Amino acid sequence: MNSEVADSNAIDIVSVEKQFVTRQGPIQALSRTDLGVRRGEFTVLLGPSGCGKTTLLRLIAGLETPSQGEIQIGGAPLWQSGKRDDATVANMGVVFQDPNLFPWLTILDNIALPLKLRGVGKAERHARARELCKLVGIEGFESRWQSELSGGMRQRAAIARALCYEPEVLLMDEPFGALDAITRDSMNIELQRIWMATHKTIVLVTHSISEAVFLADRIVLLSARPGRIEQIIEVPFERPRDLNVQSLPQFMEIREFLRDRLEN
Amino acid sequence: MSEENKATGTVQGRRGSAISMPPWLASLLLLAALLAGWEGYVRLAEVNWFILPPPSVALLEWVEMMTTPKLWFHTWITVLETLLGFAFAVVIGVSFGAMMGKMRRVEQTLHPFVVATQVIPKIALVPLFIVWFGFGLTPKVVIAAVLAFFPILVNTTLGFKSVYRGHREVLLSLNASRWQTITQLELPSALPYILTGMEMGIVLAIIGAVVGEFLGGSEGLGVLAVQRMNAFDTTALFAIIIHLSVVGFVFYALLVGCRRFLIPWHESVQINQKK
Repeated sequence: MNSEVADSNAIDIVSVEKQFVTRQGPIQALSRTDLGVRRGEFTVLLGPSGCGKTTLLRLIAGLETPSQGEIQIGGAPLWQSGKRDDATVANMGVVFQDPNLFPWLTILDNIALPLKLRGVGKAERHARARELCKLVGIEGFESRWQSELSGGMRQRAAIARALCYEPEVLLMDEPFGALDAITRDSMNIELQRIWMATHKTIVLVTHSISEAVFLADRIVLLSARPGRIEQIIEVPFERPRDLNVQSLPQFMEIREFLRDRLEN
Repeated sequence: MSEENKATGTVQGRRGSAISMPPWLASLLLLAALLAGWEGYVRLAEVNWFILPPPSVALLEWVEMMTTPKLWFHTWITVLETLLGFAFAVVIGVSFGAMMGKMRRVEQTLHPFVVATQVIPKIALVPLFIVWFGFGLTPKVVIAAVLAFFPILVNTTLGFKSVYRGHREVLLSLNASRWQTITQLELPSALPYILTGMEMGIVLAIIGAVVGEFLGGSEGLGVLAVQRMNAFDTTALFAIIIHLSVVGFVFYALLVGCRRFLIPWHESVQINQKK
């Protein structure tokens, strides 16, 4: 995989390090890391808490500045002389663990928010948001407040918002962490469908092994203190995968392997 | 709300001791009982009406007063003072509150001054304002503004400080400008707090205007009340108090209406709408 041309990568992380300065002194959140994410690939960052997986995702999203090294999105550097490059950021949509919908906006206006910030007219952005409601399966809830939706539906709306201005990359930080197991399974299937329908590059952070194996083309396994990439595992199952994949011997094999690695 | 009623209704129904009753009816009955008690006491104990007139007489006096243009002229003056003072308080309170909520430095610098203005008994400043601004509208507008300013400032500051971190990150990930962050996130986020400050402020603004009128001037409901008192016309004094309460209630109700209109998404409004 290292033989690939850098051009085909959606995300390049080159010698990136991150330290946080705390009252007790600096903490190494992420030690020197190199990673290339291929275009259209579904990559999952998996690891125990404190392994820096969320930090790595936030670095990619431009929500944290790297202490060392460079991050490139579609070949363009994210940070240029200390400033975040707007065009590069616009190429990424972020879904947080919490849906973070604005309570004063209807679901439709929440989804259309990114376009509103760009000055797109009301009719046009609403039309786009309606399409997205259909894509993520929350049609009929466009004029509701977020408080009227279930947790799973709110997260669907958050995904729709992140997709709103057609970013090439979708970054997801434990998006289904707060959902119950059954909703989570169906959201995983939905996410796979959305991913296949939109051909986005997705980087998803999770601490659930099953979720990682079910969703990923490649799993980036991280370990803690200091956070670093331990291993990259290819997941070979065909798409679209359904929940039956989970009972395949190979699925269980990968899962057991990951569990062993995570436990020590 | 109504679910609760239903629940209590069933419990009472089971006991068989009471019929379920909407809370507004209960409030109304309680009010009627209080007034009846007052009326009965004054009539039976033959209290001098100069000390305490019966409510029925005071109410009739009020109704009669409302037919005179004089009352409406003074009402207009008090309303004008209140609204002007309130408007100043909103503009200054919201802008300073926003700055203090957004910028820690500004808050730290201004905080002692805010505390100082809070501990000064502001009513004691009224004579000073009369010395400075004369007997016209100005001192009343100033005292109304000074009284209403504080809750608006404090609530706005709190509102701007309470913007949810996750919402900020959404805008950060969407490349929002500073101005967009204010208009799309911080203002709507702080609006419920600002409205709460305004609801407290409007009532204080009326108090400020009336107290200002008590102490100096020739126009307004406060002046009218003092005149009636000096004429030993307690019944008319009561009528004016009723009138002032109604004016205050109208202002307050208008602001609560604004809340429903401006922040229909907020919990404070939705509780009343849930079935």
